[in-house]
Amino acid sequence: MQTKKKRITRTVAYVLLTIYSIITIYPFLWAFLASFKPYSEIVRIGAPLFSSNMSLTNYQYIFTQDPMFPHWIVNSLFIAIVGTALNILFNSMGGYALARLSFPGRRTLFMVVLVCIMVPSQILLIPNYLIMKAFGILDSYNALILPSAINFAYIFMMRQFFITFPKELEESAQLDGLGRMGIFFRIVVPMAKSSIATQGIFVFMGFWNDFMRPLLYITSENKYTLTLGLQSFQTQHGMQWNYIMAAAMITILPIIFLYIILNKYFMTGMRIGGEK
Amino acid sequence: MARSSERKRDITQAAAFVLPMLLVLLIFTLFPIFYSLYLSFNKVNLVGDVSYNFVGFKNFTNAITDERVIIALKNTLKYVVVVVPIQSILALVLATVLNSGIRFQKTFRSLLFIPTLTSSSALTLIFMFIFSLNGPLNSLLLDLHILNNPINYLNDQGSVMWAIIVMNIWSTVPMFMTIYLSGLQDIDSAMYEAADIDGANMFQKWFKITVPQIAPVTNYVVMMGLTSTFQLFDQPYIVSGGSGGPNNATLTLSLVIYQYAFRQFGTMGYASAIALLLTIAIFVVSMIFRHFSSENVTGEGR
Repeated sequence: MQTKKKRITRTVAYVLLTIYSIITIYPFLWAFLASFKPYSEIVRIGAPLFSSNMSLTNYQYIFTQDPMFPHWIVNSLFIAIVGTALNILFNSMGGYALARLSFPGRRTLFMVVLVCIMVPSQILLIPNYLIMKAFGILDSYNALILPSAINFAYIFMMRQFFITFPKELEESAQLDGLGRMGIFFRIVVPMAKSSIATQGIFVFMGFWNDFMRPLLYITSENKYTLTLGLQSFQTQHGMQWNYIMAAAMITILPIIFLYIILNKYFMTGMRIGGEK
Repeated sequence: MARSSERKRDITQAAAFVLPMLLVLLIFTLFPIFYSLYLSFNKVNLVGDVSYNFVGFKNFTNAITDERVIIALKNTLKYVVVVVPIQSILALVLATVLNSGIRFQKTFRSLLFIPTLTSSSALTLIFMFIFSLNGPLNSLLLDLHILNNPINYLNDQGSVMWAIIVMNIWSTVPMFMTIYLSGLQDIDSAMYEAADIDGANMFQKWFKITVPQIAPVTNYVVMMGLTSTFQLFDQPYIVSGGSGGPNNATLTLSLVIYQYAFRQFGTMGYASAIALLLTIAIFVVSMIFRHFSSENVTGEGR
């Protein structure tokens, strides 16, 4: 009786999860397959998921015929990589200082960081536009990288990590005559590898997927990021779904690739999210 | 003497660690907060050099009577009120099912995570096709004879916001589910074993143990949901090409702020005032929720 009930519950669980997974995956599967189809085949009502006409033509077109698309890939890569490197460096250094170093105003600074985690980005966008206008850095990579060069949530995360970090190692390194910077880069950073990987992935994803900041701060088409460029496919070519889907796949696939090889860190990141 | 020089060295070293963070913090977060406050009380003119004319509370009084702001507020509230509860509950239910000791837990979890990885820009375009006249959704509903004629969901003012709601619930549930899942794994299994001995059924266990035990995670999930839903921008912008149409049906507060700040001349100060009101609204709603939840949901008080 008990086991029969259990078996039914389990079956229901599998059915629910399978249905929900299909709902979740279907749009991606559809878009992925559409990216290989000619336009006429995509918009034909009732067309099957698979077609005999699949080819790499759409990809070929956006890479070789579209004058801007390759620029957008380079822009997105540059901004995401440099932005992530700065975040990792600054957030870790800041978090370390808040956890370990003594300087006047440390408590205040920590409180400010905690408050800043909760500040919605909506209130910063307009003043930052004017500030960057004054600095003359609008419509440049700097406009997307500099204001996002630190992330308060990850400064906090690094601080929490370093505070539980055993002091003895650092003390013995100090006796060996290593300065603070030396201790930090040679001893602390290597031990913090997994926290750094976790924040790195999420920061990278934030830069790569951001839509609003490029929309507000970038005006020249050759400086667009992929997310912004993707939208201009709508007007440039009408609604040419075949190119849109191929371009969308180019934005999605690198992150999925990262996700597959660094899965462990993605899951740690979600865990930390829940404990914040 | 030696002491004070050592202290000095400590501070110089700390400065090197803190300086980059401090600079970005001051220039791009703290100063902008005060600057934004200043902008809210001025009429800002961007042509040539930026100029400011103090207008007192006029931007705020205009905002609360502006028809577009009121429409945007209604649309935003509808979105928040529908999305936050549904995404939180659905996420917890799915996490519970996933945590019920089934096989392939990792496979399901990994598959379901994919929307979290995808940019709003790409996702919205994919969904715009799915919801389009000859898209898969219409095909399916026509095949099942639920519809007789295809519906143009995104050009219909009655359905377009619902399409965005469905899409966003679809795309955020997996992330919250993953957060819930790690919380569920921390619940002491002895509690469930004790309940089994008392003969509690699945639903009793869920309501009496899971829901109260997971309350801190729920707090986090709802707070995160509130802040992000109140700021909805990308999807309505992309679907409507920035207009908030058809007939203002996708006009959200963030979109109104964007339009006044960047699409219209001379209303940047006004847009700042609306942004400030939105920020205050987010804070107030979060505070109310926090107050309410710490007293009632955990059942422990604080």
